[in-house]
Amino acid sequence: MINDAQEFRKDFPLLAQNMNGKPIVYLDNGATTQKPESMIHAVCGYYGGCNANPHRGAYALSVEATDIYENARERVRKFINAKKSNEIIFTKNATEALNLIAYSYGLSNIKEGDEIVITISEHHSNLVPWQHVAHAKGAVLKYIYLEEDGNLSEEDIQTKITEKTKLVAVTQVSNVLGLVNPVKEVADKAHSVGAVVVVDGSQSVAHMAVDVQAIDADFFAFSGHKMLSPMGIGVLYGKEKLLDAMPPFLMGGDMIEYVEEQTTTYAELPAKFEAGTQNVGGAAGLTAAVDYLEKLTFDRITAIEKDLVDYALPQLRELPFIELYGCDTKRDNKTGIITFNVKDVHPHDVATILDAEGVAVRAGHHCAQPLMRYLGQNATCRASFYFYNTREDVDRWVEALKKVREVMHLGA
Amino acid sequence: MGLENIYTELIAEESRNPENRHHLASPTVTLKGRNPSCGDEITLELEVENGVVKDASFTGVGCAISQASTSMMIDLIKGESVDEAKRLSEMFLGMIKGDITDDDALEDLGDAIALKNISNLPARVKCAVLSWHTLDNALEEKKE
Repeated sequence: MINDAQEFRKDFPLLAQNMNGKPIVYLDNGATTQKPESMIHAVCGYYGGCNANPHRGAYALSVEATDIYENARERVRKFINAKKSNEIIFTKNATEALNLIAYSYGLSNIKEGDEIVITISEHHSNLVPWQHVAHAKGAVLKYIYLEEDGNLSEEDIQTKITEKTKLVAVTQVSNVLGLVNPVKEVADKAHSVGAVVVVDGSQSVAHMAVDVQAIDADFFAFSGHKMLSPMGIGVLYGKEKLLDAMPPFLMGGDMIEYVEEQTTTYAELPAKFEAGTQNVGGAAGLTAAVDYLEKLTFDRITAIEKDLVDYALPQLRELPFIELYGCDTKRDNKTGIITFNVKDVHPHDVATILDAEGVAVRAGHHCAQPLMRYLGQNATCRASFYFYNTREDVDRWVEALKKVREVMHLGA
Repeated sequence: MGLENIYTELIAEESRNPENRHHLASPTVTLKGRNPSCGDEITLELEVENGVVKDASFTGVGCAISQASTSMMIDLIKGESVDEAKRLSEMFLGMIKGDITDDDALEDLGDAIALKNISNLPARVKCAVLSWHTLDNALEEKKE
């Protein structure tokens, strides 16, 4: 069988635990992944053996902390194939990275009457900041809508992006529909009218090989915690030329060159965007996570996730009370995210009932309220796989689903 | 806590009961209640006259717990004085918070006592109290 996940499961201490008295079936990887022991050790090792404030102290420990931090930057550069390591800015998470772009690039470059184009399937983190910029600058916020099968409308990509467009923001993989978007095509169209393109990689980097140069992203953002790393470390990639011309986002220590009483000159990239003491422990964890993923290879990760989806979907389709979203794509672009509802049962009740069976899924609007409205749903459930999930996990999930209507006194 | 103590037949059926789910002809207060984290949303309509809740209804979407709780609340407060509605609300919130546990002290809540076990399910407390908080806000608004 393609999925020898048992081999990986021993690397993840949490997966050996029970939830509500049953071995945990963790299917909320789109929200955050579990953590391998090697990553946990890297973080503990940093705090237990090398902790110091990087960049400032003139002593060996501080130099070591600086090395760990800068090594993480270089590992991330290689991981997403950025040209230079100073194009990698560490942030708290993808949300902060996207806000950095909106506040720094957006507010300085978007003018009244300009257009910002985003897609209806954006997470609130790649939507609300653009609303803010549009409102603040008197710009127009336009949406690319979807085809019947959940993919971005080809027509909208070609017609919504116009000569007035200054910025296009698109997620590489929708956190609800789980479909890979044609970000290179969107970038080409954006560039043809002189707009920059912001790609949200939160749901892609942990699941597929990403090459920011190949997709020609001007900016690319992701969170570490969705790819085996600790919470609190994220990445903003930006093309050097753009980052160089942008004003700082947060001001304070470490991001300055020279401070006078009334004026300040700023540090070079990447320090210009990294004010205050940074998350070195998180960066150490991120390095260990990248090591883990590269050793495993994305070929295997995508093959395992595809196997789980191919195994689950026919079983779900056999259940007459299950409604699926984003599962009928006409392209070969489905990732390990399955969004569903149980007929006549609210998603929160479904999640509570699955929880009692030890199965963890997400229920709600998935921070994508405009998409929910577009799909005509108030809320949905979402199961999202990772390489350590097994066919047995799928079986447990499907079995639990069969109990939902009975618990709700709706008959089988 | 077994699920059978949460999703009792009474709660499951009440969550689908259409009786209180409609608009009023002439509401004096209409107020939305939302759980932003789940997207649950109800709109409570009250017809309050001379300090009495003459009629009440709701519309909206949400989980079984929030819908059942709302419907039961409306059954309880219809025809009661504003002060009595507030007293019941305080009692209900006390029950869900686990402050009032004695069934005798909760007798006035009638069927809504069925929601008592939600106090053992912290993740769902906000579902049970959504409509009651909305009621409190609506009655406050009415007073002004």
